[in-house]
Amino acid sequence: MRSRLQHLTSTGIVVAVLVLSLVVGAILTAIEGRNFLSSGNIDAILTGCSILGLIAIGQTLVILVGSLDLSVPFVVSLTSVLAAGHMAGEPGNVVPAVLLALGIAAVIGLANGLVVSFLKVHGFVATLGMGLIISGYIGSNYQGSHGLAPRSFRLIDATQIGPVPLTFLIMLGCALLAILMLRRTRLGHHLYAVGGSPEVARLSGIRTSVPVVVAHVLCSVLAAVAGLLLLSRLSVGSPTIGSQGDYDLMSIAAVVLGGTLLAGGKGNIVGTLAGVAIFAVLDSVMGVMQVNPFLKDVIRGLVIVAAVAVYAGREIDRRPARFDRPTGLDAVLQETK
Amino acid sequence: MSTPVTTSTPAPARAAIPAHQRGLGGRLLAAILTPGGAVFVLAAVLLIATIQANPNFGDPGVVMLFLGRTAPIAIAAIGQYYVIVSGEFDLSMGAVIGTQVVLAGNMIGEDPDKVVPVTVLMLLVGAAVGFVNGVVTTLLRVPSFIVTLGMMLALGGLVSYLTGGAATGNPVDEFREIGRGRFENVPLVEFLPYPLLILVVLAIVASWLMRRPFGRNLLAVGDNPESAERSGTSVWWLKTRAFMISSLAASVSGILLVGYAGVHPSVGDGYEFTAITAVVLGGVLLGGGRGWVLSAAAGAIALELLFTLLTVKEVESTWRDTVQGVIIILAVAVAARGWQAGRRPRGSARQAPSTRIPTTPTPGTTNGDN
Repeated sequence: MRSRLQHLTSTGIVVAVLVLSLVVGAILTAIEGRNFLSSGNIDAILTGCSILGLIAIGQTLVILVGSLDLSVPFVVSLTSVLAAGHMAGEPGNVVPAVLLALGIAAVIGLANGLVVSFLKVHGFVATLGMGLIISGYIGSNYQGSHGLAPRSFRLIDATQIGPVPLTFLIMLGCALLAILMLRRTRLGHHLYAVGGSPEVARLSGIRTSVPVVVAHVLCSVLAAVAGLLLLSRLSVGSPTIGSQGDYDLMSIAAVVLGGTLLAGGKGNIVGTLAGVAIFAVLDSVMGVMQVNPFLKDVIRGLVIVAAVAVYAGREIDRRPARFDRPTGLDAVLQETK
Repeated sequence: MSTPVTTSTPAPARAAIPAHQRGLGGRLLAAILTPGGAVFVLAAVLLIATIQANPNFGDPGVVMLFLGRTAPIAIAAIGQYYVIVSGEFDLSMGAVIGTQVVLAGNMIGEDPDKVVPVTVLMLLVGAAVGFVNGVVTTLLRVPSFIVTLGMMLALGGLVSYLTGGAATGNPVDEFREIGRGRFENVPLVEFLPYPLLILVVLAIVASWLMRRPFGRNLLAVGDNPESAERSGTSVWWLKTRAFMISSLAASVSGILLVGYAGVHPSVGDGYEFTAITAVVLGGVLLGGGRGWVLSAAAGAIALELLFTLLTVKEVESTWRDTVQGVIIILAVAVAARGWQAGRRPRGSARQAPSTRIPTTPTPGTTNGDN
């Protein structure tokens, strides 16, 4: 008989940690004499979630399929300067500029995916190299802020529906689509299968390159959306906005914090979102308590390791025993065969 | 590496496995064909190209200066090699270098008597960081990417907090001499920088270590941790020692860098990625189990030669990143093929071509379920 605790999935634990951090955050904020649930603070937390959230959703897909994407910060910067340059303050240019930015990002993702799947280059190296390539291009062509977003585009960041900012809803929409894709489509199941074991997936008749390429393309496109949202917030394109945010490492940390196996094949979007939310709450509380910016990094580092350590040990042995009634994802996977 | 060293396992009835399958020339050729050997060729080609572009570079003194400047990154690459070959990552290197540099700056100060005790303390700190990385990775089963990322944030943040993010302290010149000093009047090469000497010694030690049971087991663990564990290897202690070696190597790099650069907490920023790049360029497989330690050092030298070549060719410095990115991807793409091509043929499949992945799956023999 297993104890109830062992039935908790890793996503359950992450959500529990999130609730805990919310409670602790609220108490700490109250001690400082501020209201944690004030609309300003909620807005700050939700906005903080949306950029990293978008990137982390894409990163989840890439990690699930067994790869990594270290080029996201540079995709964010690139789309921000490209789109700002093409908008040049003219409302009529918004749509072509957005399409251009998304298109370029898709091409970058396609290149990443093709290099990973056909040249058999480890995702770490392929996307590190791609990041360097883009960073060289940005460094050579853009110095300082560039272009200007028209007012209509800046409204995206300013708009709120009730207490919820529009950017957060956009992120949530992307998350829902990603969840649907993972749970309900053949592609999503193939993604898990290839991430779990490329060789077994191939022997089962899956064209293993397709999920890898698609995951990379989606990841880059989502990073581009994040870059566009940052543009609408800052109103000018910034060539360093991505690398300043450390989006590559922080998104990977959020994904792993959310219970996704770094080796691929196991994990989900909900956990990732909870991981991102934990970071946002942490940032908000540290902001209220006026923690030294360097100490913030110390706390972030400790929290990441501690949180992952909570369930990392139990992650491996949670597969249903052979011939047992399959549960969860395994059941879904077997139904589709 | 592919030079096979068959251990003296007693082979009862069967014929003993031959120690080598080809002559010395053939084995050398096979070695060069593996990515771990190809990096030496790459470094040689880059050196020739650089000398052609700028004949001054052929001067032994200039080469020595270059090698001295490259030593810290090569040492970091050697350390990173141990972690990568055991199947892990070490992202905390840059933060360790920053920590050591700041430690040296503030604790040694102007007192030459403190050089030795503080150096010992720095090495102890390095070993401790590696120990924590290793124990959390292996015993708490947190992926090393996350552990060392957390260590990088925590250590880097702590050092920046304590120093206020600015350069503080200035170690006495005797200490800086380790990084910038040289033996004069050496025949053939004019002079010999201390860092190069340290690099050579460490490379010999590292190479020897990989031929010890520790190194053999480390490769086995990187290749297949489960089978290594079942064969009785103490996986956690092996990997923890690998992490300690990595942090110690970063500490030595830090000590050398004090001589070159100032005492700034951000001195080591980005070193972890440069070291990983160098190791990968040296043909070491990310994910572990394959690669030669000296190839990692050669990868670092090749990388620095590439940068020198770009500078000599007057490529705008902003494009250096792009060229570096293209080279890394190409090198690893070639390496991914190379490890298969240079593989020692086994058993009856000796003459078989090295395409490991059949183009068509064998139909109907497996049901995939099971």
